[in-house]
Amino acid sequence: MSYEGKPVSTVDTSDSARKAAPARRSAAGTPRPGRIKALVPHAILIVYLLIACGPIALIIMNSFKSRQAIFDEPFTPPTFDTFDTVGYGTVFERSRFELYFFNSFVITVVSVILVLVFGSMAAFALAEYRFRGAAMVALYLALGIMIPIRLGTVGILELLVDLGLVNSLTGMIFVYTAMGLPLGVFVLTTFFKQVPRDLKDAARIDGASEYRVYGMTVPLIRPGLAAIGIYTMLPIWNDLWFPLILAPAEQVRTVTLGAQAFLGQFVTDWNAVLAVLTLAMLPMMALYLIFSRQFVRGLTGGAIK
Amino acid sequence: MSHTQTSGSSDGADSGPDSEAVATHAAPAGGAPTPVRQRRRSRFPTHLIVFIGPAFAIYTVFMIYPLLDSMRLSLYGAEAGDQIFVGLDNFLRLLTDDIMSSRFWNAVWNNLLFFAVHFFVQNPIGLLLAALLASSTLRGRTFYRTVIFIPTTLSVVIVGFIWQLILSPLWGFVETPLLGQSSTALLTLSLMSVWQYVGIPMILFYAVLIGIPEELVESARVDGATGWQVFWRIKFPLVLPTVGVVSIITYIANMNAFDLIYTVKGALAGPDFATDIMGTFFFRTFFGFQLQRGSTTMGATVATMMFLLILAGVLLYYFSWHRRVEHYEL
Repeated sequence: MSYEGKPVSTVDTSDSARKAAPARRSAAGTPRPGRIKALVPHAILIVYLLIACGPIALIIMNSFKSRQAIFDEPFTPPTFDTFDTVGYGTVFERSRFELYFFNSFVITVVSVILVLVFGSMAAFALAEYRFRGAAMVALYLALGIMIPIRLGTVGILELLVDLGLVNSLTGMIFVYTAMGLPLGVFVLTTFFKQVPRDLKDAARIDGASEYRVYGMTVPLIRPGLAAIGIYTMLPIWNDLWFPLILAPAEQVRTVTLGAQAFLGQFVTDWNAVLAVLTLAMLPMMALYLIFSRQFVRGLTGGAIK
Repeated sequence: MSHTQTSGSSDGADSGPDSEAVATHAAPAGGAPTPVRQRRRSRFPTHLIVFIGPAFAIYTVFMIYPLLDSMRLSLYGAEAGDQIFVGLDNFLRLLTDDIMSSRFWNAVWNNLLFFAVHFFVQNPIGLLLAALLASSTLRGRTFYRTVIFIPTTLSVVIVGFIWQLILSPLWGFVETPLLGQSSTALLTLSLMSVWQYVGIPMILFYAVLIGIPEELVESARVDGATGWQVFWRIKFPLVLPTVGVVSIITYIANMNAFDLIYTVKGALAGPDFATDIMGTFFFRTFFGFQLQRGSTTMGATVATMMFLLILAGVLLYYFSWHRRVEHYEL
């Protein structure tokens, strides 16, 4: 049976296996479990699958149904008779969801790009050069992994007021970039350290500048960039705290805050509520499903290494 | 400020043949670019500034400076628009003032309960799912793993409303208003949060479990260990350090959780503050709500207390778990 995900290095395994169990390691094959016994894991997993995704499916399904059908038969998928998109109509009529999507999109994409560019530059320097204070700089940047940026909210708000960046996308982008950088630098440093040195030295002998060497090396750590990209993106898109405090104005409202405000206002209009929930969760769900492999790899690589 | 490159190999793990290869390659290469290196050494390390500068600046200005500024403000009082140094008066007020301190301790206590539910529910479920997923005979594990993780990617606002709808007596799945009674509201909210985040321990435990060499398990099996014994005697001790990591990550996240409570119960964290946690308490203290006036300096004081609580948790974790639990190199 092959393991997926992290390949287990053969050198490592045989070493530790020998340490732990010096006597026998001749494969004697695990006994084949019975048919029924093999089904138990599936049964448990499927039950949990329903717990995890049932509620989500229920919301999406019912958002396409008429009000009557939502209450009468919540578990039936929309049929020809009960199909109704009145909720979506209300959402786009009564609120500016396309604007909220645009704001969330700009904030998220620009912040992620800044985290990836500045983060990879700093990570490259920390992995590549030995200079006085390197360890201090690395530690200083890593502090932000453990300390939640929300604790500085009072200071951030005062700062943005001074800079005139309250209720602006720019202010949010700076805050989110600062929030994403610590983990980005930390994880990307471990990726840069794995790039073979010969390659970079060869380029240097050919007269490449340090910037060129960086430019050459970055494409080699694409898996790291993908993981950090997704890992940075999710909390930014999903955040309620900073939009609520730093940018509550209609013009700069994000999807998450927009949904929150809309839901509070239209609590009784179930069609509209279900439609907003569906609209707000689909983009990130789609992105996650496309990039799930990188995401899982990044999560485990970053936390366990 | 020389810029000698650090070695490419990451750990001692792949020493042996690899490091020799590096050494032999490095010898001729090290000789050739000496003049280049010397020229660079004498210069100001511009490239270092260019590489590290932007990240360093943004991080310092928008994260570290505000954090320190918050801590400074917690030592100030605001009177007639001016900020005056008051020492630890704010903290004293937070801990002794009748209304303030009862709200504060209520929020601390609720927050600890919120974390306890995560700790005792999230870890076992995560471990069970991870153990099932890591079994070598299971088919379709990528599918299960991917789908079970979906709730984790959702916004807390969405999660809050999804469950609010499902638990609404209007829709009729449940009879009792679980979110409306002070006896059940906090527990229900905690379980909603567990529902969302159980994917994280699952994935992290899973990564450890699939990293356990098959030979190790097989040799135990050959020695007559049952599947149950293999799990508790071999796999569980290897997972234990990660349980600690997951728990401390969860603790930190819980200590500044806010979105879920605010979405479902509003800033007042009702009924009767039964679901008030540090995040909502901080929000109300900072911005004020209804009759209570907001205060920048008291807000900063609460934030500093949150920092101290997180610090206490991290230290407790470090000394009582991290150092005691044995870490095995695989």
